Amino acid sequence: MELFVNQVLAGIATGAIYACMALAVVMIYQAIDHLNFAQGEMAMFSTFIAWQLIQWGVPYWIAFVLTLAISFAGGIIIERLLFKPLAHAPILTHVAGFIALFAIINSVAGLTWDFTIKQFPSPFGSRPFLGSQLISTHQAGMIGVTLVLLLMLYGFFRFTRIGLAMRAAASLPESARLVGINVGWMIALGWGMASAIGAIAGMLIAPVVFLEPNMMGGILLYGFASAVLGGLSSPFGAVIGGFLVGIFENLVGTYIPGVGNELKLPIALALIVTVLVVKPNGLFGRTVVQRV
Amino acid sequence: MNFRSTVSGLSAALAAVVIASGSAQAQKQYDTGATDTGIKIGNIMPYSGPASAYGVIGKIEAAYFAMINEQGGINGRKIEFISYDDGYSPPKAVEQARKLVESDEVLLVFSPLGTPSNSAIQKYMNAKKVPQLFVATGATKFGEAKTFPWTMGWQPPYQSEGKIYAKYLLANKPDAKVAIMYQNDDFGKDLLKGFHDGLGEKGSIIVAEDSYEVAEPSIDSHIVKLKASGADTFVSITTPKFAAQAIKKVAELGWKPTYFQSNVGASVGSVMKPAGFENGQDVMSASYAKDGADPQWDNDEGMKKFYAFLAKYAPDANRTDASVVYGYGEAQTVAQVLKQAGDTLTRENIMKQAANLKDFVPDTLLPGVKINTSPTDFYPIEQLQMIRFKGEKWEPFGPIISGEVRD
Amino acid sequence: MSTIQETVAPAAAARVTIRRSVSTIAQIVVLLLLLATPLFVKNFVIFQLTMWLVYAIAIMALNLLTGGSGQFSLGQSAFYALGAYTSAILMEHADVNYVLTLPASALVCFVAGVLFGLPALRLSGVYLALATFALATAMPQLLKLGVFESWTGGVQGLVVTKPDAPFHLPISQDMWLYYFTLLVTLLIYAASVNLLNSRTGRAMMAIRDNEIAASALGVNLPLYKTLAFGISAAFTGIAGALGAIVVQFVAPDGYTIQLAIAIFLGMVVGGVGWLPGSLAGSAFIVFVPNVAENISKGLSGAVFGALLIVVIFVVPHGARQVALYGEALAKKFLKNN
Repeated sequence: MELFVNQVLAGIATGAIYACMALAVVMIYQAIDHLNFAQGEMAMFSTFIAWQLIQWGVPYWIAFVLTLAISFAGGIIIERLLFKPLAHAPILTHVAGFIALFAIINSVAGLTWDFTIKQFPSPFGSRPFLGSQLISTHQAGMIGVTLVLLLMLYGFFRFTRIGLAMRAAASLPESARLVGINVGWMIALGWGMASAIGAIAGMLIAPVVFLEPNMMGGILLYGFASAVLGGLSSPFGAVIGGFLVGIFENLVGTYIPGVGNELKLPIALALIVTVLVVKPNGLFGRTVVQRV
Repeated sequence: MNFRSTVSGLSAALAAVVIASGSAQAQKQYDTGATDTGIKIGNIMPYSGPASAYGVIGKIEAAYFAMINEQGGINGRKIEFISYDDGYSPPKAVEQARKLVESDEVLLVFSPLGTPSNSAIQKYMNAKKVPQLFVATGATKFGEAKTFPWTMGWQPPYQSEGKIYAKYLLANKPDAKVAIMYQNDDFGKDLLKGFHDGLGEKGSIIVAEDSYEVAEPSIDSHIVKLKASGADTFVSITTPKFAAQAIKKVAELGWKPTYFQSNVGASVGSVMKPAGFENGQDVMSASYAKDGADPQWDNDEGMKKFYAFLAKYAPDANRTDASVVYGYGEAQTVAQVLKQAGDTLTRENIMKQAANLKDFVPDTLLPGVKINTSPTDFYPIEQLQMIRFKGEKWEPFGPIISGEVRD
Repeated sequence: MSTIQETVAPAAAARVTIRRSVSTIAQIVVLLLLLATPLFVKNFVIFQLTMWLVYAIAIMALNLLTGGSGQFSLGQSAFYALGAYTSAILMEHADVNYVLTLPASALVCFVAGVLFGLPALRLSGVYLALATFALATAMPQLLKLGVFESWTGGVQGLVVTKPDAPFHLPISQDMWLYYFTLLVTLLIYAASVNLLNSRTGRAMMAIRDNEIAASALGVNLPLYKTLAFGISAAFTGIAGALGAIVVQFVAPDGYTIQLAIAIFLGMVVGGVGWLPGSLAGSAFIVFVPNVAENISKGLSGAVFGALLIVVIFVVPHGARQVALYGEALAKKFLKNN
């Protein structure tokens, strides 16, 4: 029983990583109606910017804010330079564009900061949280930040004009244009916000997994899986999805005898696919009615 | 490519003329890739892809040969070092190996990295009788002189390392309860096998084993599980990133096992420092090379040479990265082989000289560790010394141990 | 109505003949080039060309799935691996002739493809992308699994013996494998073209264009969608088997998600749904990384990415667009003469 509780707690701690990334995934999905395969690398690059600023002696919180601003601008610039010209290209061409972006960012980061792992500071410290050694203050802080972000995003999409406009632009661009929404800039704004949220995720994840150019490789897959499990249209679902995947995975690795440990990722993914087969729009996603 | 083959054609013709004129050059013998003025060495590295952290080895080797060339080359011949990227993908490694052998026409392939890539090209290299020298992996299978006479390793085989931990444990803590975490690949399984072999009949002291995948973002769950097994000894067969995560997590959980960390993940700069020095106290490992992050070597003759080399030829390199030390040591060893080969630069003689290294000591090896090979011993480095982490550096203790694979 | 048709018909027929002749000429030229090139190049280049054909088959298979039935897969590396391992295990453990391992790989992968296609029926768009992505990630772990180790060689992989040319033909192993692969490529190409022109192919394309409309017209969606997955997997499996024979080695690290991404890129660069483009796409993924590496070792990834961006900016529809330009030019030329 103690092991069970411990694994669930450890799963929540790891799940916070996935939840954080899943939020960034949902953000970009709300803006462009698609997944961005380079999102993990963008987050990694942002984190390196923060690391570099801290190395130069900038205090943590100033570096944090600066990184958010740089990432926001960077996201918009990438959209304007790279994806706006492709607006009328087929969607699969966009995916190829994401992959190109992935390769470029990874390679440039590797050359600039090399591939050895770097320690990234945590603003919350890493003492045991409330006496539990399984969740550190950093991980608790990470869960806290994720929840705050979630509330902010929820409010943004639900209650602000610009948030509503952004959702409209992503799901029905033609109609959105007719009611006077500047669809192009909504998309750019979405890129900027997704990039900034990715930066927060990166800065929270790095103290746990260490900073290096390949740090997001595995995490992005979990982020996608969590977001899809929770429903891509729901920030709330994405966060729940993240925690569920974290717990799922730990329990599979611990309790399925024989192959459980070796195959915990495949089994966790198979469970997610099964959930999707039953609920194609995820646990908390809206059902989309297709018309001819 | 066309231009190159014309040039080599010309120089071959020239060589023929020189030999025909009978100017006392008869003792010189060359295979493809060697001439009076140069030696072509091929290399394959994962400059891109999941293992790109090791790409720095190739860069350091290139810098080392640049230094050699500036100093006049080896026996008057300049080294041309041709290094290609395989992205850690076996099919790509085969393509690059064939390019090196058939298109660039190198004399030998030196320090190709990674077990999968080397496994993929081993059969080809041996069929072509081109040396696959000092492969950059500790997989035990790359030292089988009889089956693969054209393939040789360099660093201590992973199995030897596993055996040394097992022996230490049996001698100092025979009633231990051991938990093992290993990377689920050739490296992890090879070292694990050595450890099992070393324990022999005492295998029952292992109470838990867990493997992880390199794709996993965090290994916390494994540590939680292994701690719950009640073990008092932890063997971490991990690469740098996971080694650091494990050291940190074990400390956070308040678990205080007797801790063994595989050599691959024991670099001060890229593991112990990021993991936090306070978390790594008393962790044990085994080593054969000096650590570039360790101040105790600041006045060491060999390391002074190494630092001078870095300052001049690779100023951007991170000297605390164990891969940098590694690349230097390997390049120095191959330079020694070429020196010994003299003017007989045939592929056969290269292998003969590689199998004839006697008490050779590269600048970066621990005092007492020597390279010895013979026609039946294709494992250049087989000695290790136990080390323990104290303060901010590793402290060697105990004797230099030979962990021969064949015992 | 009928009068208009009559007046239009001759012009259209003329256009069709010109178009046919242009594409026939192009096809013959390409075929001749494919047949003749190995006679003039080094063995190493022949090996590269063989790998180029192997990846072209894999890309063609994905093209059938995506271009044919509109389903999107990032998991082709899984079927490629399955084909490679099937062939390697049969050759090394059961001494089966390499030629016979190809149909065996195709069969195994067909079954796997159909089995995977069934749950995939309920998924589309990003959800299908994730499911296939998951499959690609899971495959190397399955191949490493301890249970199968006596067959697969576990993390160490399996070494495959390279076949000699049959009938004591006086050509090198590399050249023989090239022509063998070329033959298989042509057969698969012919089969794919026929498939797309058949009733099945039309049903698949109807699904691609509009699923709901196709279903309303009586197309059996589950049947054709799973069939598309199965056939695509079978062809990918053949590519994998050929790849294993050519490279002489299989290991889990050879079949990671990067392979799936490469196959996907090949399809986009070649032009989605245009089978001959597979050759162009394959050339891109085989040769461009080498070009990138020559330009800069440290930044090879960035150079590759930049080249990819250039390609999708200039021709967002891939090589197909280039071919259409070429055809238009040729037509103009023929008309003027």
